Amino acid sequence: MFLQTTTPDTSGYMIAGYVVAFVVMGLYVASMYLRSRNLQQDLTTLEEMDKAASAQAGPAKKKSKSVTKKSVKR
Amino acid sequence: MQSKPVTLTILDVVSIILLGISTYLALVFAPTELVMGDVQRVFYFHIGTAWTALLGFILAAVFSVIYLVKKDLKWDRYQVAAIEVSLIFFFITIVLGSIWARPAWNTWWTWDPRLTTAAVTELIYIAYFMLRQGIDDPDRRARFGAVYALVGGLSAPITFFAIRLFRTIHPVVIGGANAEAEGGFSMTADMRVAFFFALFTFTIIFIDLFWNRIRLGDLQEKVEQLKLKVTM
Repeated sequence: MFLQTTTPDTSGYMIAGYVVAFVVMGLYVASMYLRSRNLQQDLTTLEEMDKAASAQAGPAKKKSKSVTKKSVKR
Repeated sequence: MQSKPVTLTILDVVSIILLGISTYLALVFAPTELVMGDVQRVFYFHIGTAWTALLGFILAAVFSVIYLVKKDLKWDRYQVAAIEVSLIFFFITIVLGSIWARPAWNTWWTWDPRLTTAAVTELIYIAYFMLRQGIDDPDRRARFGAVYALVGGLSAPITFFAIRLFRTIHPVVIGGANAEAEGGFSMTADMRVAFFFALFTFTIIFIDLFWNRIRLGDLQEKVEQLKLKVTM
Protein backbone atom coordinates (compact mmCIF):
# COMPACT_ATOMS: atom_id res chain seq x y z
CA MET A 1 0.00 0.00 0.00
CA PHE A 2 2.82 2.43 0.82
CA LEU A 3 4.83 1.95 -2.38
CA GLN A 4 1.97 3.22 -4.49
CA THR A 5 1.80 6.26 -6.73
CA THR A 6 -1.99 6.79 -6.74
CA THR A 7 -4.41 7.12 -3.83
CA PRO A 8 -6.26 3.82 -3.35
CA ASP A 9 -10.05 3.69 -3.32
CA THR A 10 -10.84 2.75 0.28
CA SER A 11 -14.19 4.53 0.43
CA GLY A 12 -16.01 1.21 1.02
CA TYR A 13 -14.16 0.77 4.32
CA MET A 14 -14.89 4.36 5.28
CA ILE A 15 -18.63 3.91 4.63
CA ALA A 16 -18.61 0.64 6.59
CA GLY A 17 -16.90 2.41 9.51
CA TYR A 18 -19.39 5.26 9.68
CA VAL A 19 -22.36 2.93 9.26
CA VAL A 20 -21.13 0.81 12.19
CA ALA A 21 -20.55 3.90 14.36
CA PHE A 22 -24.03 5.31 13.69
CA VAL A 23 -25.81 1.96 14.00
CA VAL A 24 -24.12 1.17 17.35
CA MET A 25 -24.89 4.64 18.76
CA GLY A 26 -28.46 4.42 17.45
CA LEU A 27 -29.01 1.00 18.99
CA TYR A 28 -27.68 2.22 22.33
CA VAL A 29 -29.98 5.26 22.35
CA ALA A 30 -32.92 3.00 21.37
CA SER A 31 -32.06 0.55 24.16
CA MET A 32 -32.00 3.41 26.68
CA TYR A 33 -35.37 4.64 25.45
CA LEU A 34 -36.92 1.14 25.64
CA ARG A 35 -35.50 0.46 29.11
CA SER A 36 -36.80 3.81 30.31
CA ARG A 37 -40.26 3.14 28.86
CA ASN A 38 -40.46 -0.32 30.44
CA LEU A 39 -39.36 1.02 33.82
CA GLN A 40 -41.93 3.80 33.56
CA GLN A 41 -44.66 1.19 32.94
CA ASP A 42 -43.41 -0.88 35.90
CA LEU A 43 -43.43 2.22 38.08
CA THR A 44 -47.03 3.07 37.13
CA THR A 45 -48.20 -0.50 37.86
CA LEU A 46 -46.34 -0.62 41.18
CA GLU A 47 -47.71 2.76 42.25
CA GLU A 48 -51.25 1.55 41.51
CA MET A 49 -50.61 -1.63 43.50
CA ASP A 50 -49.20 0.42 46.35
CA LYS A 51 -52.24 2.74 46.34
CA ALA A 52 -54.63 -0.23 46.29
CA ALA A 53 -52.76 -1.87 49.14
CA SER A 54 -52.83 1.27 51.29
CA ALA A 55 -56.54 1.80 50.48
CA GLN A 56 -57.25 -1.73 51.68
CA ALA A 57 -55.14 -1.26 54.76
CA GLY A 58 -56.97 2.02 55.60
CA PRO A 59 -60.50 0.63 56.31
CA ALA A 60 -59.00 -2.44 57.95
CA LYS A 61 -57.15 -0.20 60.37
CA LYS A 62 -60.35 1.82 61.05
CA LYS A 63 -62.27 -1.42 61.67
CA SER A 64 -59.71 -2.75 64.06
CA LYS A 65 -59.70 0.60 65.88
CA SER A 66 -63.51 0.63 66.32
CA VAL A 67 -63.45 -2.98 67.50
CA THR A 68 -60.91 -2.13 70.14
CA LYS A 69 -62.98 0.85 71.28
CA LYS A 70 -66.07 -1.32 71.56
CA SER A 71 -64.21 -4.00 73.42
CA VAL A 72 -62.87 -1.39 75.82
CA LYS A 73 -66.41 -0.02 76.43
CA ARG A 74 -67.62 -3.49 77.19
CA MET B 1 -40.09 9.75 36.78
CA GLN B 2 -39.40 13.45 36.97
CA SER B 3 -39.87 15.33 33.71
CA LYS B 4 -36.71 15.77 31.68
CA PRO B 5 -34.72 18.90 32.66
CA VAL B 6 -34.65 21.60 29.98
CA THR B 7 -30.83 21.62 30.07
CA LEU B 8 -30.75 17.92 29.22
CA THR B 9 -33.21 18.38 26.35
CA ILE B 10 -31.03 21.19 25.00
CA LEU B 11 -27.96 18.98 25.41
CA ASP B 12 -29.71 16.18 23.45
CA VAL B 13 -30.40 18.56 20.57
CA VAL B 14 -26.90 20.10 20.70
CA SER B 15 -25.36 16.59 20.63
CA ILE B 16 -27.28 15.67 17.46
CA ILE B 17 -26.32 18.95 15.77
CA LEU B 18 -22.65 18.55 16.76
CA LEU B 19 -22.63 14.97 15.49
CA GLY B 20 -23.97 16.19 12.15
CA ILE B 21 -21.34 18.94 11.89
CA SER B 22 -18.58 16.57 12.96
CA THR B 23 -19.63 14.04 10.32
CA TYR B 24 -19.61 16.78 7.69
CA LEU B 25 -16.13 17.92 8.74
CA ALA B 26 -14.78 14.36 8.71
CA LEU B 27 -16.37 13.28 5.42
CA VAL B 28 -16.40 16.47 3.35
CA PHE B 29 -14.32 19.27 4.88
CA ALA B 30 -11.14 17.33 5.74
CA PRO B 31 -8.94 16.54 2.75
CA THR B 32 -8.40 12.96 1.56
CA GLU B 33 -5.19 11.44 2.90
CA LEU B 34 -3.03 10.59 -0.13
CA VAL B 35 -1.56 7.25 0.99
CA MET B 36 -4.56 5.61 2.70
CA GLY B 37 -7.39 7.28 0.84
CA ASP B 38 -10.88 7.77 2.31
CA VAL B 39 -10.53 5.12 5.02
CA GLN B 40 -8.34 7.55 6.98
CA ARG B 41 -11.54 9.53 7.67
CA VAL B 42 -12.64 6.93 10.23
CA PHE B 43 -9.73 8.19 12.32
CA TYR B 44 -11.75 11.23 13.51
CA PHE B 45 -14.50 9.11 15.09
CA HIS B 46 -11.99 6.44 16.14
CA ILE B 47 -10.01 8.89 18.28
CA GLY B 48 -13.12 10.79 19.43
CA THR B 49 -14.78 7.67 20.83
CA ALA B 50 -11.49 6.30 22.24
CA TRP B 51 -10.76 9.53 24.12
CA THR B 52 -14.18 9.70 25.77
CA ALA B 53 -14.28 5.97 26.52
CA LEU B 54 -10.92 5.95 28.30
CA LEU B 55 -11.87 9.12 30.16
CA GLY B 56 -15.15 7.46 31.19
CA PHE B 57 -13.35 4.40 32.57
CA ILE B 58 -11.08 6.65 34.65
CA LEU B 59 -14.13 8.66 35.77
CA ALA B 60 -15.79 5.40 36.86
CA ALA B 61 -12.71 4.55 38.96
CA VAL B 62 -13.00 7.97 40.64
CA PHE B 63 -16.71 7.34 41.38
CA SER B 64 -15.71 3.97 42.85
CA VAL B 65 -13.36 5.65 45.32
CA ILE B 66 -16.09 8.15 46.28
CA TYR B 67 -18.59 5.32 46.75
CA LEU B 68 -16.18 3.32 48.93
CA VAL B 69 -15.62 6.39 51.10
CA LYS B 70 -19.21 7.71 51.32
CA LYS B 71 -21.21 4.45 50.87
CA ASP B 72 -23.88 6.39 48.98
CA LEU B 73 -25.53 4.33 46.20
CA LYS B 74 -25.79 7.49 44.08
CA TRP B 75 -22.07 7.12 43.26
CA ASP B 76 -22.63 3.50 42.26
CA ARG B 77 -25.23 4.63 39.73
CA TYR B 78 -22.80 7.25 38.38
CA GLN B 79 -20.14 4.56 38.05
CA VAL B 80 -22.45 2.19 36.16
CA ALA B 81 -23.53 5.01 33.84
CA ALA B 82 -19.93 6.01 33.06
CA ILE B 83 -18.88 2.41 32.37
CA GLU B 84 -21.87 1.57 30.19
CA VAL B 85 -21.47 4.60 27.91
CA SER B 86 -17.68 4.09 27.76
CA LEU B 87 -18.14 0.43 26.87
CA ILE B 88 -20.30 1.38 23.87
CA PHE B 89 -17.84 4.08 22.74
CA PHE B 90 -14.86 1.76 23.15
CA PHE B 91 -16.61 -0.92 21.10
CA ILE B 92 -16.98 1.63 18.28
CA THR B 93 -13.27 2.53 18.66
CA ILE B 94 -12.20 -1.11 18.28
CA VAL B 95 -14.47 -1.81 15.30
CA LEU B 96 -13.39 1.40 13.51
CA GLY B 97 -9.73 0.54 14.18
CA SER B 98 -10.25 -2.91 12.73
CA ILE B 99 -11.93 -1.50 9.62
CA TRP B 100 -9.03 0.94 9.17
CA ALA B 101 -6.47 -1.82 9.70
CA ARG B 102 -7.76 -3.96 6.84
CA PRO B 103 -6.51 -1.70 4.01
CA ALA B 104 -3.66 -0.15 6.05
CA TRP B 105 -2.11 -3.32 7.56
CA ASN B 106 -3.76 -5.88 5.28
CA THR B 107 -5.42 -7.57 8.25
CA TRP B 108 -8.56 -7.00 10.33
CA TRP B 109 -6.78 -7.83 13.59
CA THR B 110 -3.29 -8.42 14.94
CA TRP B 111 -2.14 -9.07 18.51
CA ASP B 112 -0.23 -5.81 18.73
CA PRO B 113 0.20 -4.32 22.27
CA ARG B 114 -2.32 -1.52 21.64
CA LEU B 115 -4.96 -3.79 20.11
CA THR B 116 -4.45 -6.39 22.81
CA THR B 117 -4.73 -3.92 25.70
CA ALA B 118 -7.82 -2.38 24.06
CA ALA B 119 -9.49 -5.79 23.70
CA VAL B 120 -8.59 -6.69 27.30
CA THR B 121 -10.06 -3.38 28.55
CA GLU B 122 -13.33 -4.03 26.68
CA LEU B 123 -13.54 -7.57 28.08
CA ILE B 124 -12.79 -6.35 31.62
CA TYR B 125 -15.81 -4.06 31.52
CA ILE B 126 -18.09 -6.64 29.90
CA ALA B 127 -17.15 -8.90 32.83
CA TYR B 128 -17.99 -6.01 35.19
CA PHE B 129 -21.64 -6.17 34.13
CA MET B 130 -21.63 -9.97 34.39
CA LEU B 131 -20.32 -9.64 37.95
CA ARG B 132 -23.04 -7.17 38.88
CA GLN B 133 -25.74 -9.42 37.40
CA GLY B 134 -24.66 -12.19 39.74
CA ILE B 135 -25.14 -10.23 42.98
CA ASP B 136 -28.63 -9.50 44.36
CA ASP B 137 -27.86 -7.44 47.44
CA PRO B 138 -27.54 -3.78 46.25
CA ASP B 139 -24.91 -2.79 48.83
CA ARG B 140 -22.78 -5.85 48.17
CA ARG B 141 -23.18 -5.37 44.41
CA ALA B 142 -22.09 -1.74 44.68
CA ARG B 143 -19.10 -2.60 46.90
CA PHE B 144 -17.87 -5.39 44.61
CA GLY B 145 -18.51 -3.24 41.54
CA ALA B 146 -16.57 -0.33 43.03
CA VAL B 147 -13.50 -2.44 43.83
CA TYR B 148 -13.65 -4.08 40.38
CA ALA B 149 -14.04 -0.75 38.54
CA LEU B 150 -11.19 0.72 40.58
CA VAL B 151 -8.81 -2.10 39.59
CA GLY B 152 -10.24 -2.20 36.04
CA GLY B 153 -9.60 1.55 35.74
CA LEU B 154 -5.88 0.76 35.53
CA SER B 155 -6.46 -0.75 32.08
CA ALA B 156 -7.37 2.68 30.64
CA PRO B 157 -3.94 4.36 31.13
CA ILE B 158 -2.20 1.09 30.16
CA THR B 159 -4.14 1.09 26.86
CA PHE B 160 -3.39 4.77 26.30
CA PHE B 161 0.36 4.43 26.94
CA ALA B 162 0.73 1.03 25.17
CA ILE B 163 1.79 2.68 21.90
CA ARG B 164 4.22 4.95 23.72
CA LEU B 165 5.82 2.29 25.93
CA PHE B 166 5.98 -0.81 23.73
CA ARG B 167 7.15 -1.59 20.20
CA THR B 168 3.95 -1.47 18.20
CA ILE B 169 2.72 -1.00 14.64
CA HIS B 170 -0.12 1.25 15.83
CA PRO B 171 0.64 4.84 14.77
CA VAL B 172 1.03 7.64 17.33
CA VAL B 173 -0.64 10.52 15.53
CA ILE B 174 -0.54 12.89 18.49
CA GLY B 175 2.70 13.41 20.43
CA GLY B 176 5.46 11.84 18.41
CA ALA B 177 6.15 9.26 15.75
CA ASN B 178 6.93 5.58 16.17
CA ALA B 179 9.63 3.99 13.96
CA GLU B 180 7.75 0.66 13.72
CA ALA B 181 4.34 2.24 13.17
CA GLU B 182 2.48 1.61 9.95
CA GLY B 183 -0.24 3.95 8.71
CA GLY B 184 0.86 7.11 10.50
CA PHE B 185 0.33 10.50 8.87
CA SER B 186 0.83 14.20 9.49
CA MET B 187 -2.33 16.24 9.88
CA THR B 188 -3.00 19.29 7.73
CA ALA B 189 -4.74 22.35 9.22
CA ASP B 190 -8.17 21.22 7.90
CA MET B 191 -7.63 17.72 9.30
CA ARG B 192 -6.81 19.27 12.68
CA VAL B 193 -10.10 21.21 12.63
CA ALA B 194 -12.07 18.00 11.95
CA PHE B 195 -10.04 16.13 14.56
CA PHE B 196 -10.46 18.60 17.43
CA PHE B 197 -14.11 19.15 16.56
CA ALA B 198 -14.68 15.37 16.74
CA LEU B 199 -12.99 15.29 20.17
CA PHE B 200 -15.27 18.09 21.35
CA THR B 201 -18.38 16.48 19.83
CA PHE B 202 -17.80 13.09 21.44
CA THR B 203 -17.10 14.73 24.81
CA ILE B 204 -20.50 16.49 24.62
CA ILE B 205 -22.26 13.29 23.43
CA PHE B 206 -20.64 11.40 26.31
CA ILE B 207 -21.91 13.95 28.85
CA ASP B 208 -25.39 13.78 27.30
CA LEU B 209 -25.58 9.96 27.28
CA PHE B 210 -24.03 9.82 30.77
CA TRP B 211 -26.66 12.16 32.16
CA ASN B 212 -29.48 10.22 30.46
CA ARG B 213 -28.07 6.94 31.81
CA ILE B 214 -27.90 8.35 35.35
CA ARG B 215 -31.60 9.24 35.11
CA LEU B 216 -32.33 5.70 33.94
CA GLY B 217 -30.41 4.37 36.95
CA ASP B 218 -32.41 6.60 39.28
CA LEU B 219 -35.66 5.28 37.78
CA GLN B 220 -34.41 1.70 38.16
CA GLU B 221 -33.64 2.38 41.82
CA LYS B 222 -37.11 3.87 42.37
CA VAL B 223 -38.78 0.80 40.80
CA GLU B 224 -36.68 -1.59 42.90
CA GLN B 225 -37.58 0.29 46.11
CA LEU B 226 -41.28 0.29 45.27
CA LYS B 227 -41.16 -3.42 44.41
CA LEU B 228 -39.76 -4.12 47.87
CA LYS B 229 -42.45 -1.94 49.50
CA VAL B 230 -45.29 -3.64 47.60
CA THR B 231 -44.08 -7.20 48.20
CA MET B 232 -43.54 -6.63 51.95
